[in-house]
Amino acid sequence: MRQDHLITATQLSRDDIEAVLDRAREVAADPEAYAGRHGGTMLALCFFEPSTRTRMSFDAAAKRLGIDTIDMGDVDSSSVSKGESLADTVRVIEGYADSIVLRHPSEGAATLAAEFVDVPVINAGDGAGQHPSQTLLDLHTIRENHGLDDLTVGIMGDLKYGRTVHSLATALTNFDARQHFISPESLRLPRSVRFDLHETGAQIREHEDLEGVLPELDVLYVTRIQKERFPDENEYHRVAGQYRIDADTLEAAPDDLTVMHPLPRVDEIAADVDDTDHARYFEQAHNGIPVRMALLDTLLENAEAAEGMEVDR
Amino acid sequence: MSEHELRVSKIRDGTVIDHVEGGQALNVLAILGIDGSEGLGVSVGMNVPSDRLGRKDLVKVEGRELSQSEVDVLSLIAPEATINIVREFEVVEKNRVTRPDRVAGVLSCPNRNCITNADEPVETRFEVVADGVRCDYCSTVLRSDIAEHIDV
Ligand SMILES: [Zn+2]
Repeated sequence: MRQDHLITATQLSRDDIEAVLDRAREVAADPEAYAGRHGGTMLALCFFEPSTRTRMSFDAAAKRLGIDTIDMGDVDSSSVSKGESLADTVRVIEGYADSIVLRHPSEGAATLAAEFVDVPVINAGDGAGQHPSQTLLDLHTIRENHGLDDLTVGIMGDLKYGRTVHSLATALTNFDARQHFISPESLRLPRSVRFDLHETGAQIREHEDLEGVLPELDVLYVTRIQKERFPDENEYHRVAGQYRIDADTLEAAPDDLTVMHPLPRVDEIAADVDDTDHARYFEQAHNGIPVRMALLDTLLENAEAAEGMEVDR
Repeated sequence: MSEHELRVSKIRDGTVIDHVEGGQALNVLAILGIDGSEGLGVSVGMNVPSDRLGRKDLVKVEGRELSQSEVDVLSLIAPEATINIVREFEVVEKNRVTRPDRVAGVLSCPNRNCITNADEPVETRFEVVADGVRCDYCSTVLRSDIAEHIDV
């Protein structure tokens, strides 16, 4: 990966992805070799939206590389609530840190941030846009279980607002993967994502229920359907109920089906699935550490190389 | 002199936008920010027979030349348009519009949750794609509804 930032999955080529995942494999095999590799550098965690999981995952990954972290804290108590622009915030933070992890409720926030700073920016979620570091750990999980070619993936739930879905679907177009999208009519993929899929000529199919396609799948990626997406609570319960899975649902699945979820889940995957061989979502969450270590290592290496070139000039 | 040339030469100094797709003339005026209140002499021809387009619209504006960003956006809704600059009743320059790769600062993003709609010090920027434009920030695709989001 020769990029300076990680903003969307569309920027990632197959080579980029495989380079990070190869490195993640190395990290996982021998974490000691990476310990302290970036000692003396600083990572800023800027979460303009509540998050515990992603924030902790980046924090832990950074610390394992010897990177110190500073955390903007909750938005309520920061200068953001005093009306400072994002452009100003990141320009100030750039002076404190060597890289920035950003989560923000507006689509395009990370793109904007990257235009204002020279340090690497990692998009950790921009509204209903993208969440590419999640995608790298998703792909790592798929790769370790099935490989990334000749693959049939089902993605189910909130496809309209689910940023993990948007990033994963676009990244999968780099591989020989058939994609099935399973959702209620009102939560189908947005036009922006369809555009990218269409551009690459990806093979995609859309379904309103899981039943027909389940026997073909290697991977089932489940996402949460949020109550806020429905004007009416009864409608929400009726619709969400159709996209829940339990151990019985999976009776019809191939034996080696991998079930994934970006977590946190509520009740879209019943607890009895945890005991089946299909459940990989905790493994997937744990993969966040080696993958984010590999990502930070790669981006910091690129940034150092770029700086070296400037000095030479 | 043909009837067509007579038609476009009627103004003394200004711009004639010809070969606008039928039905788009009012959107052209919207792009130019012209609603009559600025006192410019404006005439609009709609559904005029045309060899090239079947039916075309035509907009003449007295005493006004177009900026590059106006021409860029114009090209999105009227890709076949020709822009005639008229001085002293003569067409002194005749240009076809060309679709730019990007348009900056002229359209607003229809996605209310796009960062460009927050109070940030950036211009909007859209990539021109096959059948519309696409926000560089949030990737929202804008097609037939372009004229509604002009923000000049
Ligand atoms: Zn936008």
